[in-house]
Amino acid sequence: MHQILAVEDDPVIRSVLRALLESEQFRFVEAATAERADIEARAHKPDLLLVDLGLPDGDGISVIRKVRSWSPVPIIVLSARTQEEQKIAALDAGADDYVAKPFSAPELLARIRAALRRNIRSAEVPQVLAIGRARIDLSRREAHGPAGEAIHLTPLEYRVLECLARHAGFIVTQDQLVREVWGPGRLGDTRSLRVCMMNLRAKLEPDPHHPAHLITEPGLGYRLRPD
Amino acid sequence: MMAEARPDPDRLLAQVQAEEARAKRGRLRIFFGASAGVGKTYSMLEAARSSRSAGVDVVVGYIEPHGRVETERLLEGLERLPPLTVRYRGIERREFDLDGALTRRPAILLVDELAHSNPTEGEPRLRHAKRWQDVDELLDAGINVWTTVNVQHLESLNDVITQITGVRQRETLPDRVFDEADEVELIDLPPDDLLARLRAGKIYIADAAANAAERFFRKPNLMALREISLRRVADRVEAAAQASAPADRQSRPRLARERVLVATGPDAQSEQLVRAGKRLADALDAEWTVVYVETPALLKLSEAQRNRRIELLRLGESLGAETVTLDGPTATEALLEYAETRNATRVIVGSPKRTGLKALLRPSTAMELARRAQGFDVITVAPAADRPASAPRRDARAEGIPAQVPWNRYLWAVAVSGACTALAFAMFPHFERVNLVMVYLLGVTVAGLRLGRGPSVLTSVLNVAAFDFFFVPPRYTFAVSDAEYLVTFAVMLIIGLVIANLMASVRQQTRVAGARERRTVLLYAMSRELAATRGTAHMARVAVRHVAEVFQCAAVVLLPDPEGKLHFPRERPLEQSLRGADLAVAQWVADHGRQAGLGTDTLTAAPALYVPIGDSERRLGVLAVLPRHARRVLLPEQRHLLETFAGQIGIAVERAELAERAESVRVAAERESLRNTLLASISHDLRTPLAAMAGAGSTLAEQGASLDEATRASLARSIETRAREMSELISNVLDLMRLESGEIALRLDWQMLEDLLHAATTTVRPRLAPYPLEARLPANLPAVHVDAALVVKVFVNLLDNIVKYTPEGTRVTIAAASDGPFVRVTVDDNGPGLPPGDPERLFEKFQRGTEEGAAVGVGLGLAICRAIVRAHGGEIEALRRPGGGARFELTLPTTEPAAAADAAHAPSPSRG
Repeated sequence: MHQILAVEDDPVIRSVLRALLESEQFRFVEAATAERADIEARAHKPDLLLVDLGLPDGDGISVIRKVRSWSPVPIIVLSARTQEEQKIAALDAGADDYVAKPFSAPELLARIRAALRRNIRSAEVPQVLAIGRARIDLSRREAHGPAGEAIHLTPLEYRVLECLARHAGFIVTQDQLVREVWGPGRLGDTRSLRVCMMNLRAKLEPDPHHPAHLITEPGLGYRLRPD
Repeated sequence: MMAEARPDPDRLLAQVQAEEARAKRGRLRIFFGASAGVGKTYSMLEAARSSRSAGVDVVVGYIEPHGRVETERLLEGLERLPPLTVRYRGIERREFDLDGALTRRPAILLVDELAHSNPTEGEPRLRHAKRWQDVDELLDAGINVWTTVNVQHLESLNDVITQITGVRQRETLPDRVFDEADEVELIDLPPDDLLARLRAGKIYIADAAANAAERFFRKPNLMALREISLRRVADRVEAAAQASAPADRQSRPRLARERVLVATGPDAQSEQLVRAGKRLADALDAEWTVVYVETPALLKLSEAQRNRRIELLRLGESLGAETVTLDGPTATEALLEYAETRNATRVIVGSPKRTGLKALLRPSTAMELARRAQGFDVITVAPAADRPASAPRRDARAEGIPAQVPWNRYLWAVAVSGACTALAFAMFPHFERVNLVMVYLLGVTVAGLRLGRGPSVLTSVLNVAAFDFFFVPPRYTFAVSDAEYLVTFAVMLIIGLVIANLMASVRQQTRVAGARERRTVLLYAMSRELAATRGTAHMARVAVRHVAEVFQCAAVVLLPDPEGKLHFPRERPLEQSLRGADLAVAQWVADHGRQAGLGTDTLTAAPALYVPIGDSERRLGVLAVLPRHARRVLLPEQRHLLETFAGQIGIAVERAELAERAESVRVAAERESLRNTLLASISHDLRTPLAAMAGAGSTLAEQGASLDEATRASLARSIETRAREMSELISNVLDLMRLESGEIALRLDWQMLEDLLHAATTTVRPRLAPYPLEARLPANLPAVHVDAALVVKVFVNLLDNIVKYTPEGTRVTIAAASDGPFVRVTVDDNGPGLPPGDPERLFEKFQRGTEEGAAVGVGLGLAICRAIVRAHGGEIEALRRPGGGARFELTLPTTEPAAAADAAHAPSPSRG
């Protein structure tokens, strides 16, 4: 049974979250302030954190940074702030995903499950990735199409896939991708990244015009949705 | 000037304004004496003591006590401002502390020795070169000042007194300051008493000056000085009496008004002429003009000598004259013409210096003028005995700078001569020798026009020689068989020389006139370009470009922020921009509306010249120029031209500021009306869903148990939908307000249109499912340079509109094509089409396709779309499809936005 810590100052939303999550068989722990959040997180060692950005005694981003400094636990930001800068700031601080308020129950549950799934496997990066009916062996650097035919991927494309696979199901910001694949010297060069993603979709997606696995999050980054 | 019987309203207004200004200004009281030692400081201190005992706030700003016991005793009990210690050439000097006085702000401040010169190059740097300027600033600040002046310090009397006493006084005071003083108190002491005091050791004399003092303090000198100072004060009293005379006397016809013209040149006597002119003008109560005539002959003088003109004209201006530089073929011509146009009644010139035969052959300007004068008197002034008139000539030779003519012009002169000879050679078999002479004269004319005086003289001489050598028999020798030819040679040479001189003069004058005309054209060019420019920052750049070009300088226009503090322009500097202008100096200039820096008497150590923009009412900024050649801005006419430029800039900046203010008022009004509409609209659009939610919620809470499963679910679902709609509405309102206030900085990046559309359709998908959607995007569509999140919002809004206003099953087609620097996107549907009326109205705030639809959401969707697309430099339109249905067409940029658009967004802070 997974334990979820919700850091949220609004008691109504806390009670809604409690009702929703407990009905889905999660154990629910809550904290109303940034200070309590850190204490509860250390005490309960939850399997996942839901963090609101606007807290009475500080910014949710500081909570994310603090938790990240000692734990790789998945963190999902739950916030009414809609501006991209704030989403990116939260993701860059170490959050794994972002759900905007008002949220719909099914969407939130789907994100939570995806995060927990990834956390179970987080020990090792999946060696073989399935995208649609294509299979990519990341360690041997081999890719095969649905009929078993070989697909040629460039070294850069493998590295982008690796990076996305490590955070499978989560948003990876453009900056993060560029930094990990091209190096910090190329920060801001999103053009190469975009071209790379287009090529990957053309090679791997069943319908490149309606990508189902290599998803663009406009203004934020990309998300790999494996099967 | 025509007289008017009725009072001129403009003049009355000016008088009222002047009186108001005077009322705010402090009063200046001068204790005036014929020489040192008459007891000016003593009287001043005594007066101060009696004011003090009457309870007036009197402070001693600066007194030079010279160790006199009586003075020291009087100082006791008076508040004294600590003097400022200035390090100047390694020596510490005690100076008057202007800023200290301004901070203290007493009712009456005592400052000794008004004519004193400040050491401007010392440390700390003093603001003004002269103490009277310090006092002027004090008066401007509304502080009353008492001070002392000796008669020999008065600028216009300076040379007369030098002649009488033989001691030259270097510290002078412009007469204007003395004349404008509110009160002058003459401290008179008979010469005998003064000499007695001197013998008693009651007059301070520095050791170094002891010799001069001995010459100075002699009875005839003292008597003369006493007479001059009595007369000067009497003049003042009379002027005051006239000023307060009944108005009808003042408005008498002034046709008989005198105008004095002082004709000056580069000689040393000119300074004396200017002072003589001042005295005459004062005596006649006349307006006066110092005229400097630049003839072609004068253009050949050395740079140093021509620079004397600057000093001369500045002296004239400081004495209250109008100054003019004329150019003409000769000084006499120019003066006659100018005297006629200005209706001059007296013309002052230096007395003739040429004598004997020379005077007969080339009469001097004075004699010429006297001969041809019409309607004015010519007054000649003899040179002062102690100053030989030929002094500057020696200077010029010593500096050895004749008017430089490039040596290659002389080569050209030889070439012209050669060419003439060659042509003559070709003509020789067919023409008379007389015609060959014509060819040579033509050569001289050409040389005179193109090469200048020296080379063309060379051409004339060479021509005569060549003619003799090649064509006069016996040929190929310089010998001449027929003596008649000697006459030909002589005439040829004379004509040649005359032509050379004439042509050179014409050339010089054309050049001078050309330069003037060019400047006028440039001024016009700047005014025109400023008129076509918007925004003060852009205007400043335009002005800098023009000023830098005209004055060959680095320039910068410093504009004040709303608090009146000057700041450097934020834009990237131009190539010609002056970097590192002294903001402190500029601020002073802006605050006081007076020039400072290079070539002025204020803050002279600053390398650049600072000119205020705007008038005393509205200080609009400061123009700072750092010329490559100081001459460029030191000449009074150049200074006036610069002031004219500053004036033009001022007019333009003021116009821009007015326009900006009007615009901000309009924007504020619009925002206000938006706010009102918004409030009305929101209160309706928020209350409706809130009522539904509250109703559904309370039903669930009270009756939940008795309701069946399906009803409960539907009630809960309706709460969710309504909440979602409200959330959407609120974020739309917030976005629109941010977009309209320019608060959103676009996060521009390269994006594939396909990605953006995909993100949009994913967001709308649940609602959009019943609408078949087709996207036709060409494979080679270029990436667009946009803020992804905002553009996704545009598509979401457009698709939501389709969901709201068309029946299920309506086909949606999205197409795109490259169009110049844009990608043109069309979103079509085959629904019922746009409502009747102008489609443009759809983009206004709070418009809906149908007036009272069930669809929720204030009609903000399309207004937001337009705001977003326009922020990107694109456009969005609503069209009626030919086959029925609606079409929305928008353009998105595929290139980086222009710098202007970039700058417009750059300064805005982070969103939210």
